[in-house]
Amino acid sequence: MIRKRVPIRNHQAEAQLFFRRAAFCLVVVCIVFLVLLGNLYRLQVTSHEEYQTRSNSNRIMVLPVAPNRGLIYDRNGRILAENIPVYSLEVIPEEVRNLDERLLEVTELLSLPLENIEQFNQQLRYSRRFPQIALADNLTEQQVAQFSVHQHRFPGFSVEARLQRNYPFGPLFTHSIGYVGRINEQDETRLEEAGLSANYAATRTMGKLGVERFYENLLHGEVGYQTVEVNNRGRVLRTLELNSPTPGQDIYLEVDAGLQQVAIEQLGDKRGAIVVLDTQTGGVLAMASTPTYDPNWFVGGISVAQYRSLLSNQDNPLINRATQGRYPPASTVKPLIGLLGLQEQIIEPETRVWDPGYFEIDGVDRRMRDWKDGGHGWVNLDRAITESCNTFYYHLSLQLGIDTLSDFMHQVGFGHRTGVDILEENAALMPTRGWKQARFGEPWFAGETLSVGIGQSYWTVTPLQLATTTQVLANRGSRGVPRFLRAVEEDAGLRRVVPQFETPIVVDSEEYWDAVQTAMEHVTSRVTGTAFRAFNDANYTAAGKTGTAQVVRLADEDDAERPETEDVEERFRDNATYIGYAPADTPEIVIAIAIENVGGGGSNAAPIAREVMDYYFEHLSVDGRPISAIADYVEPAEEPTDAND
Amino acid sequence: MQTTEERDRHPLLAKLHIDGPLFLGLLALCVVSLFVIYSAGGENSRIMIAQSIRIGLSFAILFIVAQINPARYSSWAVLIYLFGVALLVAVLFVGVTGKGAQRWLDLGIARVQPSEVLKLAVPFMLAWYCARKELPIRTTHVIGGLILVMIPTFLIYKQPDLGTAILVATSGIFVLFLAGMSWRLITLGGFLAALSLPLLWIFALHDYQKQRVLTFLNPESDPLGAGYHIIQSKIAIGSGGVEGKGWLQGTQSQLEFLPERHTDFIFSVFSEEFGLIGVLGLLILYGFVITRSMLISIRAQSMFTRLMGGSITLTFFIYVLVNIGMVSGLLPVVGVPLPLISYGGTSMVTMMAGFGIIMAIATHRRLVVSN
Repeated sequence: MIRKRVPIRNHQAEAQLFFRRAAFCLVVVCIVFLVLLGNLYRLQVTSHEEYQTRSNSNRIMVLPVAPNRGLIYDRNGRILAENIPVYSLEVIPEEVRNLDERLLEVTELLSLPLENIEQFNQQLRYSRRFPQIALADNLTEQQVAQFSVHQHRFPGFSVEARLQRNYPFGPLFTHSIGYVGRINEQDETRLEEAGLSANYAATRTMGKLGVERFYENLLHGEVGYQTVEVNNRGRVLRTLELNSPTPGQDIYLEVDAGLQQVAIEQLGDKRGAIVVLDTQTGGVLAMASTPTYDPNWFVGGISVAQYRSLLSNQDNPLINRATQGRYPPASTVKPLIGLLGLQEQIIEPETRVWDPGYFEIDGVDRRMRDWKDGGHGWVNLDRAITESCNTFYYHLSLQLGIDTLSDFMHQVGFGHRTGVDILEENAALMPTRGWKQARFGEPWFAGETLSVGIGQSYWTVTPLQLATTTQVLANRGSRGVPRFLRAVEEDAGLRRVVPQFETPIVVDSEEYWDAVQTAMEHVTSRVTGTAFRAFNDANYTAAGKTGTAQVVRLADEDDAERPETEDVEERFRDNATYIGYAPADTPEIVIAIAIENVGGGGSNAAPIAREVMDYYFEHLSVDGRPISAIADYVEPAEEPTDAND
Repeated sequence: MQTTEERDRHPLLAKLHIDGPLFLGLLALCVVSLFVIYSAGGENSRIMIAQSIRIGLSFAILFIVAQINPARYSSWAVLIYLFGVALLVAVLFVGVTGKGAQRWLDLGIARVQPSEVLKLAVPFMLAWYCARKELPIRTTHVIGGLILVMIPTFLIYKQPDLGTAILVATSGIFVLFLAGMSWRLITLGGFLAALSLPLLWIFALHDYQKQRVLTFLNPESDPLGAGYHIIQSKIAIGSGGVEGKGWLQGTQSQLEFLPERHTDFIFSVFSEEFGLIGVLGLLILYGFVITRSMLISIRAQSMFTRLMGGSITLTFFIYVLVNIGMVSGLLPVVGVPLPLISYGGTSMVTMMAGFGIIMAIATHRRLVVSN
């Protein structure tokens, strides 16, 4: 076979051509490799540090660590607010596909209430402080186990162990200790304004009410930081460094859980408030307000239904009746007005007034009635207080006039906040001429002074105000500012809070105090005393004063008959009030009570005061002081004693 | 008439048609691959086993291909080429779409990617074409050759698969270059290419391809979007430093900041964990494989095998260049794996088949018989 003639190929030359071209390529390969290497050298050596830093900032995050909240104890070391570990199911919505479906699935799996999804979606709509949203708090061990098994089906869902505030006494202390709740947008703004945002970077809840709110700064602590390694989805893989947070300080309150329990039980299903103060320090031994509710509802976020039920409850469980309830003080103000009468020298201890059962002002065709039909007859200050005679006080107050009365009562503390260490406090109202003019554009009428003289008309007080003003009576002019806080746990040990004292009233003669205090003691010790039946067989001496405030004006001068308590519709019945202290000669505690729509104070409030005081003297009174596991405050002057003593 | 004979080869290797040094070089790369994939895959042994199987399979194909006398390809070249082009046309009409491109043919049992066939078919065809001509190749023949290259290149580009299209085109152009295409023509071609770049930009590139180029030019302009890959890759490489963070210790890869860790960006994982020293070693290994293959091609007995071997070698080099250039920010991101190290099937098989041919070129030598 002869192929088609092709020009003679020079195989040698062609091989050499290939060799040249191949060699050229190899040289290019070398050069290119050197260029690649040069570039890598630039990245790995010249710019190494920059990339090292960027690599670290990729993987290393500094996360804030929330401090543990300080615990709250009562005066005898019983725990009132604690932190318990709970398992919560948390979701990072951005990491979940088909969120709605997954939520339904997991809710079904763990048999969670469907309401949780609603709440979850609600939180989803608002701006969030943390990437994760809790779908359920307080998972049981069983639910945790169940979820762990199916965890792979729920990317973006995780069970987190967290410390949650718990109030073991439930509704007992709601109004005084309050509760913590989720930090919301308003809180955040407030924190930002206070420059505390950084300190709260990892905190989920803060004090919303009562002591929890007032002492937020003590209880919260200092945020800590941990340096963690994260992956590209921000999930923490391990902790590289931990800067522990400083836990909040534990605090001890003046309250006694036992006494509080008795107070709440005594109020029962009635609406009202009881305040018990340590006469010597102003320490709040008990502060009860009913109806109450469980503060634990608020900790993990209260459900809409629960909150609505609290809001729409006619009995207003949300308000603290002890500090926000405004009640006419009624006859409980009689000792103080009596004292004023003595001080102003309008009366003397033995000044007598004739009581026909009513009082008439000249030129006014209207009779002011005494509660006792037919009157008390001749009445002096002692009888006027013991038997609570109105007519005596009509005379007295008319002579004092509204200005003197008002000035004095403002001085004692009515119409002003007491300065107690919770923020929910109302100043109530001690009316003045100027107030009336401003409020109604009307001048003050003399008849109104008469009403004020028996603690009615525009005059309103809070039970706490009643207690602090009673303290003034018990201490003959001075009082300790009401305080919940007794001691703070510090590094060096317990720091006892120094009580603050005030002396709002100074009178010219100790005899004035004698007269009023004796009369108050007669209230409980004389057969004619309005609280005699309640304190008849007490094994301590007590001083007190009852009060019965009309809720609506039922009585007219000609209405001879006052309707029987049982016949009146419940909400129109009288409010019962009571103030008192004991023992009568060396007062340890003062008490103030206001109960709505139950009838007279003598038969409805005084017996309650008796029960509370009984408990106190049986269980708490030691050496003339309310007992406490936390040492009593010692006057600095007496403190530096020789260690060898 | 024809016997195989090799003086300096071990008898067993000669019998198996294996070039020892080249084989060791490839094996070393595969071992490196397993280590890096184990680390990049999050210490997942499943991925490593899959890769091991793939390596085994590839070596088996290498062995089979090495047994075939390369002279035979000469007669098959045209058929293979036509077959490949036919497949590409088929893909255009009945191809299966995946990852936004129509690259696969569904054969019922498996999906095949016809463009892979072209990676070998084009060098075959061009080598056959050029070997028939008197060398150095004339300009008219160069044009003919270019047409042969452009047909499959265009079809692959249409899928669209820019990376493979470029690789297929270069593999053909390398043949023309090795066949002695005149320097004047090369200069002119380069000039024309530079001129046509703006036209290419306007008419030929898809939006996502343009985006890649823009991102390449300034990755930091879009750090969370398109630039993310290249930034994270450079951070991985740069933070590796001279000595590297150590095997399994690369935070960029272990913490999943690095995308496409066990495929296209595996070089970044390697650089992060083994540092500049490791990189140097790897480049030397690649350099060794390329040089050895080139030497075999130079010593090949026919122009057809020379051109084929040279083209396969240079294409392999282009893989290395494009991949490393892309992950280190020198070249725009095109989906080209790091040869023999990236996790992935088809390209590895093709590559090993190519090296099988080079083995065959090295071992199937006919005794020079004078006519």
